[in-house]
Amino acid sequence: MTAPPVPRHGRASESAQWTARARRAAESAFPPERLLPDRQPAYLGSWVYVFGVISVVSLVWVITTGCVLALFGPTWWHTSSVGLFFNSMHLWSVEVFFFFMVLHLWGKFFMAAWRGKRRLTWATGVISFVVSIAAAFTGYLSQQNFDSQWISTQAKDGINATGAGAFWNVLNFGQMLMWHIVLLPIGVAAIVGLHILLVRRRGIVPPFEVGDHADGAGGDGDGSGDVVGTTTLEVGTAPTVERGVSA
Amino acid sequence: MSAMRKRRFNPDRDVKEWSGPSIPYDILKEAFVALVAVGCLVLLLAVVFSSPDEHAVTLKTWSTADPVDFAQTAITQLDGTSPVATYGPPYNSTPGAAQHIGFFEPAQWLGTHQAVDTAKDFVLGPLQTLPGDAAVHQAVSEYEAASSAQRQAWTSAYEKAVADAKDVNGTLQVPPGPYGPVGTIIARLTSMAQSGALDGALSGQGQFYNTNYTKPLLFIASGNYLADLAGHQHLQGDQWGMMNETGNYPGQAWLWLYTMWYQVAPMNSSSNADLEVWGIMMVLTLVLIFLPFIPILRSVPRWSRVYRLIWRDHYRRLAQSRVARPQSVSATVEPTS
Repeated sequence: MTAPPVPRHGRASESAQWTARARRAAESAFPPERLLPDRQPAYLGSWVYVFGVISVVSLVWVITTGCVLALFGPTWWHTSSVGLFFNSMHLWSVEVFFFFMVLHLWGKFFMAAWRGKRRLTWATGVISFVVSIAAAFTGYLSQQNFDSQWISTQAKDGINATGAGAFWNVLNFGQMLMWHIVLLPIGVAAIVGLHILLVRRRGIVPPFEVGDHADGAGGDGDGSGDVVGTTTLEVGTAPTVERGVSA
Repeated sequence: MSAMRKRRFNPDRDVKEWSGPSIPYDILKEAFVALVAVGCLVLLLAVVFSSPDEHAVTLKTWSTADPVDFAQTAITQLDGTSPVATYGPPYNSTPGAAQHIGFFEPAQWLGTHQAVDTAKDFVLGPLQTLPGDAAVHQAVSEYEAASSAQRQAWTSAYEKAVADAKDVNGTLQVPPGPYGPVGTIIARLTSMAQSGALDGALSGQGQFYNTNYTKPLLFIASGNYLADLAGHQHLQGDQWGMMNETGNYPGQAWLWLYTMWYQVAPMNSSSNADLEVWGIMMVLTLVLIFLPFIPILRSVPRWSRVYRLIWRDHYRRLAQSRVARPQSVSATVEPTS
């Protein structure tokens, strides 16, 4: 005896479910070939594209080494050579993370990577940079050594001047440690995750057209005067096509 | 069609989506290789350079190493003239102490949230926890019972005397003067700090568990000892200290712009420098976030032509194929809101 076939989308009331709608939206926004593409536009052949990947994998190392430090508590690395080693891994993965994130940011700036509905991708990238700075800063405050003493007693003036010191006390080790190992990592991971999803959704920004060079009013900047990159389109009828830009 | 509006293609906002060739690209393999490569790099850096870990300064180490500086700081905590006692919000309500830009005075608006009474919290309170010390308890009682004018006379006399104090083998020696019980109070506080008991009294705050070091840090930061050590490590504000850390480590190099503003006029001499620098950084951060919406700034990448280096292979191929045939494109132009 076989079970009767179940309609794929069920009745209309079922298709109006929040769950069904969320699934359809997710399937529409992130089809598998867009989420995990195996082809990329030919213009991708530049080392600048590697900076973003290195930033993400550096963050993986930051979180991994941070988890190891969390396993044994905040004083472990002061008293154990193994703890010091993992603290060093944590420190240098943070340095590598920021180094390549800054390169990634500059690279995307000079690519004007916000073009073509990618402004939110750009904004989440900048916000993840800012939240990462806060996460690193609270890490310096949580070291329980001379560095954290000096940095906290100096930084308090800036924080207090803004009024934030009323509820965000950089001299409170317990509060800063909680922010460093719970709240801010969640924030960084969430925003970086959103940033990556947006990159998958919108794709890697294409290069400027030859006619866009210099001032967008014609010419490729070499003075020869090429095709003018000013196209007038009827908004509302213009198709949004992202063929071959699934990264 | 009235609903339709024509919008001019803007190369700094719109893009002609790619319809050219694509290449095989194993994104997971790339991520794995990058993960291993960065792991090796981090491992190498950790093995070669380790990480800095200068011991924290305690009230004990400070008062033992420099009892004169400790006593000179302690008297300002007692008479309410220390940087902490006159700080303003969030530690106390000293009038006019909060930084402001015109009417904008956020610290004052939010008020006192980590109340610190330096005389009571840093000096008199800890001394009262000392068991079996009749002399200091009597000195504290005498000081607390005295009039405000009498207290000020004693503390002023002690401040003058302690300016000529000497450190004799770790023992504080202050010239005699008409400072009443204040001499006993500061001398006992110094010996209490040298024993380590003051660290416990300020850190514990009457509880077994505590993770809030606000009070001992504020006390230690009031003296010159911590700042002198920081100066030797190139950590002072005028040494770009906010982005440095102890030793020859890169520190928070990403704070270079924030630190830079403290080095330039008028912030380098302003009493509201912190609020001004934070204001500048907030504005710049917002500019960076909303840069795609800001005319002129969003055109800088196109004008700079740095992108020609980034996509140089693409433009080389394009130049080679330009003669052969024009490339078909479709455009994505965002509708006006």
